[in-house]
Amino acid sequence: MVEEKEKIKKHAQGIRRRVLEHVVRNNGGYLSQACSAAEILSALYVRVMRLGPSQGNLDPPDFSGVPGSGKGERVSGGSYNGPIQPDLDRFFLSPAHYALVLYTALIEFGRMGEQGLDRFNQDGSTVEMIGAEHSPGFELMGGCLAQTLSQAGGIALARKIRGETGRNWVFLSDGEFQEGQTWEAIQTLSHYALDNVGVYVDVNGQQCDGTTRSVMNIEPLASRIEAFGGRAITVDGHDIDALVEAGSAIGQGKPLFVLCYTDPCRGFPLLEKRTPKLHYLRFTSQEEKDEYKSLLIGTEEL
Amino acid sequence: MEILSKVHAKNLVAWADKHPEVVVLSADLTGSTEIDLFRDRYPERFFSFGVAEQNMISFAGGLAREGYVPFIHTFSVFIYRQALSQIVNSVAYSNLPVKFFGFLPGITTPGGATHQAIEDLAVMRAIPNMTVLEPGDATEVETILDSVIDDPGPVYVRMLRGEIPRLFSADDPFVLGKPRVLSEGDDVTIVTSGICTEEAMRVTSVLKERGLSVEHLHVSTHKPFDGQELLPSLEKARYGIITMENHSIIGGLGSEISEVVAESGVSAKVSRLGLKDTFAHGGGRSYLSRFYEIDALALVGAVEKVIGKTLEITEADLQGARIEAVHSLAKEEAL
Repeated sequence: MVEEKEKIKKHAQGIRRRVLEHVVRNNGGYLSQACSAAEILSALYVRVMRLGPSQGNLDPPDFSGVPGSGKGERVSGGSYNGPIQPDLDRFFLSPAHYALVLYTALIEFGRMGEQGLDRFNQDGSTVEMIGAEHSPGFELMGGCLAQTLSQAGGIALARKIRGETGRNWVFLSDGEFQEGQTWEAIQTLSHYALDNVGVYVDVNGQQCDGTTRSVMNIEPLASRIEAFGGRAITVDGHDIDALVEAGSAIGQGKPLFVLCYTDPCRGFPLLEKRTPKLHYLRFTSQEEKDEYKSLLIGTEEL
Repeated sequence: MEILSKVHAKNLVAWADKHPEVVVLSADLTGSTEIDLFRDRYPERFFSFGVAEQNMISFAGGLAREGYVPFIHTFSVFIYRQALSQIVNSVAYSNLPVKFFGFLPGITTPGGATHQAIEDLAVMRAIPNMTVLEPGDATEVETILDSVIDDPGPVYVRMLRGEIPRLFSADDPFVLGKPRVLSEGDDVTIVTSGICTEEAMRVTSVLKERGLSVEHLHVSTHKPFDGQELLPSLEKARYGIITMENHSIIGGLGSEISEVVAESGVSAKVSRLGLKDTFAHGGGRSYLSRFYEIDALALVGAVEKVIGKTLEITEADLQGARIEAVHSLAKEEAL
């Protein structure tokens, strides 16, 4: 476990470094999401989830048409999370603007080639800025928020009917608890006792307009979820032992929610200057860009 | 004319026996959408979602990805108004086989503006990958499900419930994309859909007695909408084309016909009968269809305008074409 913990830590740092590199190169991007979610994604991929090897190409495919357009098969980015099998887990990332963070995670875990990131937000590419179903690591359309949990619930219900042992993991952002559909989903997961669903929530307290507390308060989150029939476990979202331990509570009669309280500036305290507007980082001057660039020096060894 | 009751309820139970992949999803309107018999016969394939349509439709997307074919049942307005983003993002984009059965089209309910689906065809037709169907009688309600399940993607069915007339022979089933020619003639072409077809059939019989040559088409596939099938009927109308629908004149049958006429270069005026860009209100079907001018008398008026002369057709003439005993049995549906 000690070795595994080091591995999770190393990959979390790798996610942060790769996202920072990309943000510097592209003059902006979703950096704070990497700061907050790095340990969560790393713990999920290294330890919590039972996934098979990636079925996706190291080089992500070019855009070949949308489903139903008559131009080829539906392309699922879920193939990067391994084969679909009754005994294997599935992973669904809901806040699709975390795409950059997910892509870097896939690179860290050898599921996508480094060159895949060169296709990020390029014309004709599936490596889109807001991940779609054909984007590496994505299996669903989550971009409008709050629909992934319900869609994953439908998948979990089908798998439960068939008696499959694989679990269904969902990554949610805390802002999605402002959407009514999230609560509809929790009441339904609870009603049908879908304990094959495990949800990790990045409670970074941040959203587009500022802090969640100021935009629309969602707290107390744990007791609200419990009141809707879910099981809520609160952890420090950068505490690897706690993240791993919480996942083992899945399958005990109720849908599991691991509330990961995170620091949206973790790893790069420089970001704190931007508080409370951390949602999307766009450099305002060359000087600022250089400041972020200087953070990259020496991070290779992390 | 034969009037049947709970046509969908009985048909679905018999039909579903050979379709184990079909599951039925309900949003607390199980009796009102005629899935109570299905629930009782196949309890393990029936899922209650409560009054929460957005979540239900996203769940359906998940079930469809796993090989099930969810049949969503609720009132139309609670599908396309309440959960449009879920229809688009959780179902239609991915071309998933989720089938939406929307009830209470237009003025068929006294439930008022909150319950009357008056722009559902306009909205659903505009969504890529969506097939849009509207049965017009008991035969079509009984025979539409094979086309629904054969479609690999999402389908919206503008459904009828309660007491429904049999306008078309039971051995003349619904065929996807195929309009029905109910009368042939070359003075005026009348195109109708849904409950308006029965109304128009009464009018055409009187018009013929007055020597008018009338082409009457019934449309039950709104999308894909094949203009080629209709073109001969549209081209031959000497005076003009009239559409009548239980829907807004924007985005439904009248728009479909106008698009075909414009794109094909047919030179004809199109008169659209329907809700004239207005919401309706709660009331009985015959009162509402008279008030909003989508009944037999309104159709007569439109024909007179198109041909440029009065036909001296009275309400009594039209009532004479009705089979009163049939209609006295058909009560206004309660919620």
